[in-house]
Amino acid sequence: MLSRTASDLYWMSRYLERAENLARMLDVSYSLSLMPQDGRGDGLDELAMPLLITGTLDDYLERHGPLHGERMLHFFALDASNPGSIYCCLQAARSNAHAVRGRITADMWENINASWLEMRGIAEQGLGRYGISRFCEWVKERSHLFRGATFGTIMRGEAYRFIRLGTFIERADNTLRLLDARYEMLGEEIDELEERTARSYYQWSALLRALSSFEAFAESYRGSPRTRKVAELLLLRPDVPRSLRACMEELNLMLAGLPGENGRPAQRLAAELDARLRYTSIDEVLDEGLHAWLTDFILLVRQLGNTIHTSYLEVA
Amino acid sequence: MARTFYDEMYDASGAVRPHYREFARWLAETPDDLLAQRRREADLLFHRAGITFTLYGDDQGTERLIPFDIIPRSIPASEWRVVERGCIQRVQALNLFLADLYHDQRIIKAGIIPAEQVLANEGYQMAMQGLDLHRDIYAHIAGVDLVRDGDGSYYVLEDNLRTPSGVSYMLEDRKMMMRLFPELFAAQRVAPVDHYPNLLLDALKSSSPLDNPTVVVLTPGRFNSAYFEHAFLAREMGVELVEGADLFVRDDKVYMRTTAGARQVDVIYRRLDDAFLDPLAFNPDSMLGVAGLLSAYRSRNVVLANAIGTGVADDKSIYPYVGDMIRFYLDEEPILKNVPTWQCRKPEELSHVLANLSELVVKETQGSGGYGMLVGPAASKAEIESFRARLIAKPEAYIAQPTLCLSTCPTFVERGIAPRHIDLRPFVLTGRETRLVPGGLTRVALREGSLVVNSSQGGGTKDTWVVED
Repeated sequence: MLSRTASDLYWMSRYLERAENLARMLDVSYSLSLMPQDGRGDGLDELAMPLLITGTLDDYLERHGPLHGERMLHFFALDASNPGSIYCCLQAARSNAHAVRGRITADMWENINASWLEMRGIAEQGLGRYGISRFCEWVKERSHLFRGATFGTIMRGEAYRFIRLGTFIERADNTLRLLDARYEMLGEEIDELEERTARSYYQWSALLRALSSFEAFAESYRGSPRTRKVAELLLLRPDVPRSLRACMEELNLMLAGLPGENGRPAQRLAAELDARLRYTSIDEVLDEGLHAWLTDFILLVRQLGNTIHTSYLEVA
Repeated sequence: MARTFYDEMYDASGAVRPHYREFARWLAETPDDLLAQRRREADLLFHRAGITFTLYGDDQGTERLIPFDIIPRSIPASEWRVVERGCIQRVQALNLFLADLYHDQRIIKAGIIPAEQVLANEGYQMAMQGLDLHRDIYAHIAGVDLVRDGDGSYYVLEDNLRTPSGVSYMLEDRKMMMRLFPELFAAQRVAPVDHYPNLLLDALKSSSPLDNPTVVVLTPGRFNSAYFEHAFLAREMGVELVEGADLFVRDDKVYMRTTAGARQVDVIYRRLDDAFLDPLAFNPDSMLGVAGLLSAYRSRNVVLANAIGTGVADDKSIYPYVGDMIRFYLDEEPILKNVPTWQCRKPEELSHVLANLSELVVKETQGSGGYGMLVGPAASKAEIESFRARLIAKPEAYIAQPTLCLSTCPTFVERGIAPRHIDLRPFVLTGRETRLVPGGLTRVALREGSLVVNSSQGGGTKDTWVVED
């Protein structure tokens, strides 16, 4: 397969997964911002969270001044001049798909093209009229549909593998960042007592809902979510589809099946990371300090992404 | 001006022609609101499938739909067989002409075509002189534009031997009609066209001496107006769609960059003009081509389809000689007629053209896409005068033809169904043999009275049927 084609497929699915993750972030922050707050009581800190996590808060402050609910939501979701907005991610995903429309099935192309056309319609209406929760649901639904169309129609060849790689690199990064951000929000030193408060309950359950893992948590652990259990679920459980471990297993599997000698470095790194997660216990993670461990792993995932680039997407 | 148009569906007395009877019956029986609903459905489906083209001269790079009309253009099979033979004859002669021109130039020596007409032509490529091509194929893919005059006889308006486009609309229009109105295809036998990509791949493969050559489609990229078609054909043929940056030349061989390293390319179906193919040999500013491609081509390590330098044969100043080519190379009489053409480079013909501008169509010899032409009867006085000045300044760049009474076909317009002018572009493929799928692309001028069918000028398309009569 052409390196450029592989690159477009990879980025198409990365951008789409990113759009979905942004919608998940936005959804959880928006619903938490409606809860009675500790401080100022306006929910602005919570609304600023997605900007903080994605590193676009400075950009926002520079362009729009002080925190302002509606403006932040628009900036994050629909602003065509913010390259990190959901709008721009969908645009980029569609543009990548357009470049390789000969390599994806008609079902996939029509799906992603229709999403983009609808996205433009929503942007014209504005978030206020469309509804924020409804918008987040819509983004997730379009992403689900596209993944379903992909899974149901595309040949299990190289194209499929690069599409999956894009999805899971992005997802692994997202799970790590969301967990890290919520943990930071609660403070590093949470004692048992603090963990039982309503605040901690809502923070953790909002995170689990954002990652569609609330049901999985309830089924596996029962009881209220605590740092240790939540971290174990989202980092080390192989059977939770948005967990770091599940992402890494998939990445390893996809890379191992790619032909050619030039992919060795990426294959080796993915296998190493997969093995590390497989044989790590949550105690070791917590001993190292959750925040430090997560920060390390965010860098490792980034390194894997870079290695995939140099190994496959810009060769010869 | 009283002019009679040939209508494809109705004869002069207003009766439905025999090959349209089934369709006319169906049209009369189908409620208007159902038709309206199906037309909206077609728009939606085309939009969702992203079957669009990009308009030049539009800063937004807006992707537009080409309007699709649900009333097909229908051709009786007996009539089609004549058109088909005529197209094959013409393209064979043009290929023989190109092979001759780039080798012995017998036709010039025989005094049939003046040397300066070809050798000083912009489309003539010195680099092709003496180069042997496998099977002597220059125009692997040709689009022959046909129109019908008032009496219904077919005329060739022009030959397109560079990178003719539009075949994807021919295929998508058929798919759409079958999806929207399957009952029509059950009622009568319409010759299928969907095997075009197969024939194309076959023609491309047989243009290489290798047994199983690696074929690619070379596109200028996703911002090109015909990008949809490039991607469409690559997908249908199951070959890679490459851009210039995906290819490189090493030791006079062409390779593409793949995830598993470099892979050699044997046949390039290029949808890129000669000037952009190789920055080392042609336009040095081209970012779209491949450095060293010409050298690899001249070493015969790669096949280009179409060949470099075919433009010399579809130039409008060469067009008047195609009939002579057919007689010279094939020793046959032309089956399809040429439109009478005045060559403005000849002083006596120029003065005739200048005296009759308001009745003629004047075209640039190098133009295409309906840009830069004058349709005398439809032009204002001021337009005619400004064109006159351009013509006098550079007469050799223009030819003129009588304004043909292009045939009409009933078409959906804002207020119901009305006749609109159409043309026809069959796509002629040459590999081991020269052949074409039955039909072609029918373009329709949607504005009342307009004779310009190009999509860039607001034209639409229709499905083209060849039906048993």
